[in-house]
Amino acid sequence: MIDFEFSEEQIMIQQAARDYAQRELIKDVIERDEKAEFPTEHIKNLAELGFLGMLVDEKWDGGGMDTVSYVLAIEEISKIDASVSVIMSVNNSLVCYGLEKYGNDEQREKYLKPLARGEKIGAFLLSEPEAGSDATKQRTIAEDKGDYYLVNGTKNWITNGNSASTYIVIAHTHPEKGHRGINAFIVEKNSPGISIGPHEKKMGMRSSDTHSVMFTDVKVPKENRIGEDGFGFKFAMKTLEGGRIGIASQALGIASGAFERALQYSQERKAFGTEIFNHQSIAFKLSDMAVKIENARNLCVKAAWLKDQGKPYGTASAMAKQYAADIAMEVTTEAVQILGGYGYVSEYHVERLMREAKLTQIYEGTSEVQKIIISRSLLK
Amino acid sequence: MKILVCISNLPDTTTKIKLNSDSKSVDLSGVQWVINPWDELALTRAMELKEKSGGKIEKITVITVGDKIAEPTLRKALAVGADNAVRIDAIASDDYYVAAQIAEYVKKESFDLVMAGIESSDYNGSAVGGMLAEFLEFPSISSVSSVELEGDNFVMKRAIDGGTETVTTSLPAVAIVQKGIAIDPRIPAMRGIMMARKKPLTVEAPADIQAVSEFVNFEMPQPKPPVKMVDAENVGELFRLLHEEAKVL
Ligand SMILES: Cc1cc2nc3c(=O)[nH]c(=O)nc-3n(C[C@H](O)[C@H](O)[C@H](O)COP(=O)(O)OP(=O)(O)OC[C@H]3O[C@@H](n4cnc5c(N)ncnc54)[C@H](O)[C@@H]3O)c2cc1C
Repeated sequence: MIDFEFSEEQIMIQQAARDYAQRELIKDVIERDEKAEFPTEHIKNLAELGFLGMLVDEKWDGGGMDTVSYVLAIEEISKIDASVSVIMSVNNSLVCYGLEKYGNDEQREKYLKPLARGEKIGAFLLSEPEAGSDATKQRTIAEDKGDYYLVNGTKNWITNGNSASTYIVIAHTHPEKGHRGINAFIVEKNSPGISIGPHEKKMGMRSSDTHSVMFTDVKVPKENRIGEDGFGFKFAMKTLEGGRIGIASQALGIASGAFERALQYSQERKAFGTEIFNHQSIAFKLSDMAVKIENARNLCVKAAWLKDQGKPYGTASAMAKQYAADIAMEVTTEAVQILGGYGYVSEYHVERLMREAKLTQIYEGTSEVQKIIISRSLLK
Repeated sequence: MKILVCISNLPDTTTKIKLNSDSKSVDLSGVQWVINPWDELALTRAMELKEKSGGKIEKITVITVGDKIAEPTLRKALAVGADNAVRIDAIASDDYYVAAQIAEYVKKESFDLVMAGIESSDYNGSAVGGMLAEFLEFPSISSVSSVELEGDNFVMKRAIDGGTETVTTSLPAVAIVQKGIAIDPRIPAMRGIMMARKKPLTVEAPADIQAVSEFVNFEMPQPKPPVKMVDAENVGELFRLLHEEAKVL
């Protein structure tokens, strides 16, 4: 059975996200980008609407929505503001998902509920100065001290690094065991011994806060370890499988946001006596962009659908992320081209979307890393 | 207290309108349906009133006259927060018919306040609210731009030429609302969308009423003629064109 129709509820969620983005986020997105200012008010509003924990079950105070709705919502938010959608994506698919799926009931009660309500925000701390794509090279150590762990090390490029209250931290407990010695912990940001680096000055998504986080003799209670001893690497990889759907949808939204602006502009701007859409090289660019976006959306929705069906979706989400991120870069670059000089100034949005697109090829697994995942799956 | 909000289901306001070949009806294929913007604001205000009434307003019902196509719109109203929805299962043939059908329903149930938008942005009839009040013999307040609940009274403001009028009325009454009634339509939250699944949407058979008018013909506006640019120095030419071609002088 194949059915390409979205359900009434999925469309309602898509529209709710669109309404919020087009009515509210648009008002100050350029200014926030310039000032690299965290969207505090918007995150509060989106939390009230339930977008920060939309995938979490009702039982844990979430929105109880499916992943397909999530794709549609992230796409709509990202058309206007990818800084906001990354906050939403990290909270939903890296932090809440991991806690809901692999945490125990005490952890869910204490940490997941406020995160699902969006009263608190979470961050996912995997990358390190010397462990990015190769996440097995963790240098952060969580030493087992009997009734607690003692954490030391540095995490890099952490989204929501300063605005989060709850961290999911990946660290080595038994370095001699390789990746089987890695654990995942819930760490409260205000724990003694945590210090946060300055806000990174970024090329794009400037209003999301990215920081390095230093741990010096941070005591983490035993009960804050997620899963069995040594489960951390698997936890991180499984969680990232789902996270990729969020970032793929973000890339899709960045692309379709730029496309919509370019399409509209091409019907208004005249050159050589006619709307530029009537120049075939512009029309064909738009045609190519439309096909790429359609493909990206289909990949995102397919990966989401597989996840909702409880089927394996790791390869599908890697395909969606690699493709959507790569075409987001292409589509936004062409959108700037179609807008000409106007495309290069901030008022017309597409230059920002182009800067935002670049990040989708890097975080939560670079495009190259996605190709590693996809190519390995070919031999299975 | 109970509030009824009349909802009309219509094509998204950005829809490109195409006529069917008979020119008596609009081609509705592929249309995205939405709540009439005025009705959406009325519902938003009704929700705000209910929330701050401390339990005094117990229930908000939304009603539409329409076929099954209107149901997603009603469910959206439920997601926004209405407690129950009613669909009178008939095609909304004209304003008289719609008002009369809703009146029959109101006679069966009891409401303290009926809210209707000042017009629906498809056919712009601007008649349902007024007719409904007539059929029910309820007082009606038109062009309402603000409603507050004070004690057991609804206090309403109307914009009038050069100022504002404040009115109260005996209840039940019909409030025909316009701009200002709420700032922005409320966006449904996930929780609301989820709860809407469980809220009642009842379908009622229409009363035996006949429409009194029918559409004879629709015409699309003429496309705008191209703009003529006149140089700022050439005022004489501007007057000539306004006189001879535009014939406005
Ligand atoms: C703004 C921002 C936010 C981020 N947020 C978070 C966060 O919240 N949490 C978190 O844990 N991390 C976060 N990251 C980190 C991000 O996930 C990493 O930057 C990313 O995984 C790449 O790691 P790296 O920077 O160390 O690059 P490297 O791994 O050093 O890669 C450098 C280059 O080599 C390529 N490469 C590496 N290995 C291979 C290979 N085997 N074959 C082919 N090519 C290869 C890469 O694709 C890349 O092009 C964020 C990064 C940024 C920029």
